[in-house]
Amino acid sequence: MTATSVTPRSSNGFWAEFLRHPVPVAAAIAVVAIILLAVFAPLIAPQDPYDLASLVLRDARRAPGYIGQGGYIHILGTDSQGRDLFSAILYGLRISLQMGLLAGAIAFTIGALVGSAAAYVGGRFEALVMRLVDLQLSFPAILLAFVVAALLGQGKSQLIVALVFSQYAYFVRTAHGAAAAERNKDYVEAALSVPMSGWFVVTRHILPNALPPLIVVATVQVASAISLEATLSFLGVGLPPTEPSLGMLISTGFQYLLSGRYWISIYPGVALIILILAINIVGDQVRDQLNPRLKK
Amino acid sequence: MIAFIVRRIWQAMLVMLVMSMLVFMGVFVIGNPVDVLISPDATQEIRQRVIEQYGLDLPVWQQYLQFMNSLLHGDLGRSFVYNMPVSELIASRLPATMELAVIAILLASVVGIPLGVYAGYKPDSWLSKAIMALSILGFSVPTFWIGLMLIMVFAVQFGIMPAGGRGDTITLFGVPWSFLTPNGLHHLALPALNLSLFKMSMMIRLSASGTREVMLTDTIKFARAAGIDEHTILRRHVLRLISIPLVTVFGLELGSTIAFAVVTETIYSWPGLGKLIIDSITSLDRPVMVAYLMLVSLLFITINLVVDLAYAVLDPRMRQGGGK
Repeated sequence: MTATSVTPRSSNGFWAEFLRHPVPVAAAIAVVAIILLAVFAPLIAPQDPYDLASLVLRDARRAPGYIGQGGYIHILGTDSQGRDLFSAILYGLRISLQMGLLAGAIAFTIGALVGSAAAYVGGRFEALVMRLVDLQLSFPAILLAFVVAALLGQGKSQLIVALVFSQYAYFVRTAHGAAAAERNKDYVEAALSVPMSGWFVVTRHILPNALPPLIVVATVQVASAISLEATLSFLGVGLPPTEPSLGMLISTGFQYLLSGRYWISIYPGVALIILILAINIVGDQVRDQLNPRLKK
Repeated sequence: MIAFIVRRIWQAMLVMLVMSMLVFMGVFVIGNPVDVLISPDATQEIRQRVIEQYGLDLPVWQQYLQFMNSLLHGDLGRSFVYNMPVSELIASRLPATMELAVIAILLASVVGIPLGVYAGYKPDSWLSKAIMALSILGFSVPTFWIGLMLIMVFAVQFGIMPAGGRGDTITLFGVPWSFLTPNGLHHLALPALNLSLFKMSMMIRLSASGTREVMLTDTIKFARAAGIDEHTILRRHVLRLISIPLVTVFGLELGSTIAFAVVTETIYSWPGLGKLIIDSITSLDRPVMVAYLMLVSLLFITINLVVDLAYAVLDPRMRQGGGK
């Protein structure tokens, strides 16, 4: 949707409104809980899934509830190497979140700067940038990410490049829309006539006012980056097997799915979906609250 | 109007040229196809001959010019791996992807738009809330995951659906089709459903938010005041007003469905273009990769062109010589 300027309201009113909707609140709690689980994974996980010494092959592909050689219960079962799946999922969440947040942050920064600069400078530069962005947005993100990832090969930084490349255009367009609306307002004219430098006006005045719609885009884009990463890793063009994200866990479990050992694929997938879903629900609510066209 | 059309077509051709360079350069930088083509114990002589045969010893720009030259003559080169002309290879895989994509997008529109209009018309009913919740689910859950779930439930647990392949085909116009035989349809059902769920959610959300916004406008207030019944309002005013974004999405989605087909085809071993590109990436089959990417670019640029021109027809503001 096009970003329209958002009337600044007190942040108290925003939170009061948000807290009145139980589903988004639950989703927000879930997001925070998952982030905490991922951050403290080494403390919570019963087993270090990547410490080869602690893996016992006799424990491989055991169903949930099996008590392994380590003496503790594998509540979600074990994978083909005898890894505790619950631990593997916690560590996988770390990698997935890291990829999504990093890619989102870089795309956000590039998009906010380029978009507001285009709105501020105007003229040929603006036309060129926005034409490029429009062109890129006409290609689906998954296709761009897939092509770039395929061209660059497997790896963490390659994947980040692919994700950023496929997503920055959304931020540019949103920042441009919001900044263009701010550009013609009196306070910007006033700031420029003082005179303040253009860079200062863009970063200190225009960008902060363009922030709310950008934040909405950011939540959606982080969720979609996580989903893209999982998809690419599943297809074998994302992360290498040494970086077992959730997508990679699902991919390795796929071959066992057909023989009825569902848990190796299913539980990492459930974790992935809860994460993406929770982020999207929060983003949806924030967007509805910031959309001036839905106000009667 | 004519000036606008000419300018748009000219732009589209320019973009296509730029894309061809980007794709060619991008594909050129990865890997060395010589290592794939020639076995390590081949003699130096054979090596040299193969390199010359494929023109791999020339500078990149010369290879590009050669490629463009043969492209304009309708020749996309030969696949390194299948040892057949790429155009034939792609032509043999395209129908499978097309039937999958078209059925998926029809399913998405026919189911998604009515559900979305309903959800936007009565946003507070429990059914609308359920529809919107499902659409968030369809939007959030990655396509590959839904594919796995469908296989697990319908193929492994219940055993009522095949887990992959195209099934029986019937040849029509010299091309094999699955959707014309019962067995083929049976094989088509799960992948088509898998591919359509994301689009369906998109259609639901777009038509719901469009309807919600349109219902608050004066147009609807006056139409109601004039005593037009609700059904007619929905059909004649709401549907027409939300049609512009829907047409855009429908057009763009046809292209993105082919992109998403990469995932679905991989899961269901559907022998279409998506499976071909994945295989050619793993085997560094450069001519196939270049041809696929060019084809997809061409498809998207054409779709954009058509959507822009359709805008000009649908939106009276654009008709008066405007445009971006």
